[in-house]
Amino acid sequence: MDLKQMYREIVNEHNLHPTHKYDLDAPTQVCRGINPSCGDDINLQLVVEDGVITDGSYNGTGCAISQASADMMLDLVIGKPLEEAEKLIDLFNRMIKGETTEEELEELDEAAALQDISHMPARVKCAQLGWRTLGEMIVKKEEE
Amino acid sequence: MTGSKADFPLLLNEDYIYFDNAATSMRPKEVTDAITAFYEEMNANPMRGLYEWSINATEAYEGARKKVARFIGAKSASEIVFTRNSTESLNLVAYSYGRAFVNEGDEIVVSVSEHHSNILPWQMVAREKKAKLVWLECDENGAYSDEELESKIGPKTKVVAIAHVSNVLGQPKDLKKIAALAHSFGAVIVADGAQAAPHMAVDVQDLDVDFYVFSGHKMLGPMGIGVLYAKKALLEKMPPFLTGGEMIEYVTREDATFAEVPHKFEAGTVNAAGAVGLGAAIDYLNVLGFDAVRHREEKITALLMEEMAKIPHVTVYGDKDPAKHCGIVTFNIDGCHPHDVASILDADHICIRAGHHCAQPLMQYMKVNSTCRASVYFYNTENEVMRFVQSLARVREELGYGS
Ligand SMILES: Cc1ncc(COP(=O)(O)O)c(C=O)c1O
Repeated sequence: MDLKQMYREIVNEHNLHPTHKYDLDAPTQVCRGINPSCGDDINLQLVVEDGVITDGSYNGTGCAISQASADMMLDLVIGKPLEEAEKLIDLFNRMIKGETTEEELEELDEAAALQDISHMPARVKCAQLGWRTLGEMIVKKEEE
Repeated sequence: MTGSKADFPLLLNEDYIYFDNAATSMRPKEVTDAITAFYEEMNANPMRGLYEWSINATEAYEGARKKVARFIGAKSASEIVFTRNSTESLNLVAYSYGRAFVNEGDEIVVSVSEHHSNILPWQMVAREKKAKLVWLECDENGAYSDEELESKIGPKTKVVAIAHVSNVLGQPKDLKKIAALAHSFGAVIVADGAQAAPHMAVDVQDLDVDFYVFSGHKMLGPMGIGVLYAKKALLEKMPPFLTGGEMIEYVTREDATFAEVPHKFEAGTVNAAGAVGLGAAIDYLNVLGFDAVRHREEKITALLMEEMAKIPHVTVYGDKDPAKHCGIVTFNIDGCHPHDVASILDADHICIRAGHHCAQPLMQYMKVNSTCRASVYFYNTENEVMRFVQSLARVREELGYGS
């Protein structure tokens, strides 16, 4: 997929009309993720009950790719157990490094559209911001 | 040599538009040929050895130093220290001059529009010496008023660190006036010429600056060669920055005496081929002449600003006068993050810079996180400007906004 097509078909929609961009009333987990060099800044919020992500949202500012990627990530992980979310994070990171197979990619659903970011090193951190923040949150949760 | 795009091998590919000249310029074949010739025809370590090739290499290296001295009007070649780039030159001044001559309670005046390379070294000196950093605040065009300069530069000032031209807003400063003000209080002025030397004739004696730095790679020269000009009396009283080979006179087990300036500041094997390449870049610019450079550049910049002003939702920062931009046009598009803008333009093979441009204090002052920057040089063309603005006009639509 060429870059403009990626924006047109996936990124713009999630950036301009996000499903999950708002503050939750009573999150059990909150974690801020920042890319200091680009100014991307998100606040990820989750409700985790019995090891399952039952609700989630984010708020913040940044480039379209960072915001859309976080929105797509929440589409995928809400309703899933934490271990499952961790697997998806690993899969997403491997996709960005270009180390995944076609079948594996299906699990990432729309987020798989960000695959070609692997050719744009400067944008990799944007795509990863939400996922990295979720990963940090899960590690912190496990340490509780 | 034609003084146009045709001299630059990479620009022969008409599919690409290179508008990131403030980050690094293109290099004409004259420059890469000079570097190759150095390695193919002499390739010896200058200063070491007493044989023909080494003597030739030394002559080539010292010849480049003389060219640089003439290029900026230095009194003698011994006032030219070769470094890797502007950043290293500024660090040399801070580590050597700053640490030796700035004391507790002194003030270091830094302008808010500086590149990080002329901020961080002074933060280090201030922290270490318990000196105070005093910030010069610019207006929205990146200019510094006399009142501002006179209210910040005073009896406690030891160093004034200021860019000749900002890498975000362009806007040349009146260095001569600022130098005179600094000198009236016994302070030195450290001028960052990274964005000025490529675009205008510089005369360090006329400006009466104490230190002047620039990078070869932004003015047609190779990467990895930079210049520090300093008045000889200052170089002589400054301690060495790096120590080791090539910079000594005599070494015992306990102590050493140092070589004469400028060699005292050039420890280890030097980038002789880089200096020779820079010499070739200077030859190129001398033949072309800065009048021609400025004329071309101002024409292109004026067209660029005029056409960008016609595009809705585009904000151009800085002075309304294209001549004050030195080829730099910094802008934003409503609702679009600069990195997304750069990516969309990249899909059309247009190279621009997006981000904070290593000038975060200025970004904070401008109340933006980041910006886009198109920067042109004399070899860019009207045709490229028109293709650029066509792409730019479509960016909002590509990012999902109704046109
Ligand atoms: C004004 C200014 N100062 C300093 C620098 C640093 O130059 P270099 O990276 O060659 O050391 C730059 C380059 O980006 C610049 O624009």
